[in-house]
Amino acid sequence: MSKLMTWIDDRFPLTPLWELAWGKYIAPKNFNFWYYFGSLAALVLVMQIGTGIWLTMDYKPDATLAFGSVEYIMRDVQWGWLIRYMHSTGASMFFVVVYLHMFRGLIYGSYRKPRELTWIFGCLIYLALMAEAFFGYLLPWGQMSYWGAQVIVNLFSAIPVIGGDLSTWIRGDYTISDVTLNRFFAFHVAALPLVLIALVAAHLIALHETGSNNPDGVEIKKQPKDPKTGLPLDGIYSHPYYTVKDIVGVVAFLAVFSVIVFFTPDMGGYFLEANNFIPANPLKTPPEIAPVWYFTPYYAMLRAVPSFLQTQVWGVIVMGVSVLIFFVLPWLDRGAVKSIRYRGTLYKSFLAAFIVSFLILGYLGTVPVTVWGQFGDGAPFYGADRATVLSRCLTVVYFSFFLLMPWYTRRDKTKPQPDRVRWK
Amino acid sequence: MGSEAAVNNGKRRFLIGATSVVGGIGVIGAATPFVMSLFPSERAKAAGAPVEIDISKVESGMKINVEWRGKVCWVLNRTPAMLATLPKMDSRVADPKSDVPQQPTYCKNETRSIKPAMWIAVGICTHLGCSPTFRPEMAPADLGPEWLGGFFCPCHQSKFDLAGRVFKGVPAPTNLVIPPHRYASDTKVVIGEDPKPA
Repeated sequence: MSKLMTWIDDRFPLTPLWELAWGKYIAPKNFNFWYYFGSLAALVLVMQIGTGIWLTMDYKPDATLAFGSVEYIMRDVQWGWLIRYMHSTGASMFFVVVYLHMFRGLIYGSYRKPRELTWIFGCLIYLALMAEAFFGYLLPWGQMSYWGAQVIVNLFSAIPVIGGDLSTWIRGDYTISDVTLNRFFAFHVAALPLVLIALVAAHLIALHETGSNNPDGVEIKKQPKDPKTGLPLDGIYSHPYYTVKDIVGVVAFLAVFSVIVFFTPDMGGYFLEANNFIPANPLKTPPEIAPVWYFTPYYAMLRAVPSFLQTQVWGVIVMGVSVLIFFVLPWLDRGAVKSIRYRGTLYKSFLAAFIVSFLILGYLGTVPVTVWGQFGDGAPFYGADRATVLSRCLTVVYFSFFLLMPWYTRRDKTKPQPDRVRWK
Repeated sequence: MGSEAAVNNGKRRFLIGATSVVGGIGVIGAATPFVMSLFPSERAKAAGAPVEIDISKVESGMKINVEWRGKVCWVLNRTPAMLATLPKMDSRVADPKSDVPQQPTYCKNETRSIKPAMWIAVGICTHLGCSPTFRPEMAPADLGPEWLGGFFCPCHQSKFDLAGRVFKGVPAPTNLVIPPHRYASDTKVVIGEDPKPA
C-alpha cells in the first residue's frame, strides 16, 4: 500500500493534497456542537447532487409531462419515491444546517477580521442556494411551483424602467410557461450546482488561509508553538480528531434525516406543500400562497411593506436588502471581542431580539395576514391586519440588529478575551 | 537587442489597452446570442393574438374567466347593486379616477369599462401576478365589516373594488389592468384589439 502511495505521489501530489485539505489542517481543539454544521452542509450538498442526478434520469422538463413524470418517479420507478423524498427533504435540511451554521458564525464572531472573505463566500453560497431551491421548486409543476415562481419572477418587474422586460427575459415568455420550466431545469441541474461547488471551494480555501475561529474567538495562529509537536498550543490536526467528531454528527444527522424521509416526508406541509400535489393551473391561483418555510421570513417582510408613490418596489427593496445586509456584517461589528462568551448584555439582547424576530417572521410568512383578524374599534390601528402590524414591527427589529450594530457593539461592556481556549 | 532598457513601456501599454478593448468588444458580441436567446421566441410572441369571446351567457352578477396571451381575463357582468358600490369606494381606493394608465383611454371612466355593467379586466394582481379571488359578498368574516364586494388577492392580501381599483395601503400599487377590447357585436367581445374608429 505504501509503495503504491509513493508511486502515485511521485506522479500526482495525492498525499500533500489530502494533508492540505483536511489531514494536516490545524484546527482549534475546542470545537463544540455548533461546529458540526459545516461538514453536514457538505454532506447534504453531496447527497443533493447524487439524488438529483438520479432524478434527472426519469424527470421530464416539459410543461405537459413534468407533473406526471414526478408522479411516475413516486409510483413506478423502483425506489424512486425514496430518491425523490431524499432530495426534497435534503433541500429543507440544507437550509436547516446552513441556518445553524450561520448562527454559529454570528454568535462566535466568525465573520470578523481576518475571516471577512470566508463570510462573504458563505453569503454567496446562501444566495446561490436560495436560487437553486427556487429553480428546483418549479420543476414538479404543481400549483405552488407555478404560482411561487410567478410571484418571485414578478418581483423583478417592480424594478423601475427595465423591470417589465427583465421579468419577460427571465421567463422567456409573457407568463410562466414551458419555456420557463425548461430553462429553470437547466439552471437547477447544471448552472447553479457548478456555481455552488466553485463557491464552496472558495469558502474553504479562504478558511484554510486564515484558519478556523472557535467558541472563544482565540486566534491560535498567534499562539506560541508547542516545542514537542510544532503546533499552536491549542491546535490539533483535523484528522483523526475532527474526522471522528464529525462522523458522530453525521450519524446523528442521518438518524433525524431518516425519520423525516420515512415517516413525515412532507413535514406537515412545510417541506412539501399540499397545493403542490395539484398540477399547475395558470388560470387559478390557489387560495393561499406561501413559499417553502426557508423563505418565509423574507416573504413576511416583503408583504409587510405597503406600496406607495404608485410603485411596489419598496417591499422588494426591503426584502433584497434584508438578505444582502449579511454581506456587510464584518464591517458593522465594532465589538472588542468576537465570541458571545465575552460579549455584554447589549449585544446579547440585540442578538436575541433578532433571532426571535426572524423566527416569528418565519411563522407569519407561512400564514395569511388575516390570521389574527383586524384591529377593532378604538384600537390605534383600526381596521389594519394585526399580523401585518406585527410584521412591520419585527422588520424594524430585524434591521436594527444590523443598522445599530456599530453603536451597540462599541457601547457593549465586554469581558476580556483569554489567550488560551477554554473547555466548556 | 532584448535588454530591459529597450522595452518601450508606452507602446506596451498601448498594445495591452488596444487588445483589451478589442477583446472586450468581442466578449460582448459573443454574449449577445446567449442573452437574446432568453427573450421570448417567435412562437411565444405569436401566441399573443387577440381572442374573441361569446358573452351572451354571462348573466347579471356572473363572472367568467377567459385566456388571453396566457393570462386569465375576467368578464364580469355587474348588477346594479354592484355598480352602486363604486361611488362609495372613491375615498378608500388609491386611484379613484384611474389616472394611472392601467386601461385604454376609452375605459378611463367611473366603471372602467366600455358598457357600464360588462367589465373586462386582466385577472392578475398588479403586485406580483397572482390571480385575485372574486369576493362579491358584503362584509364576510375574514375581510371585515367594511367590505362591499370586490377582489381579494390570496398571495399578499391586496384588495380591489368591483371596478378593479386598488385599495389604499395594500401591497399592490395600481389598479387592475383593463386590456384593449372591442365589441364585435352585442354578444361578442374581442380582447386584444381596440375599437375600430367610427
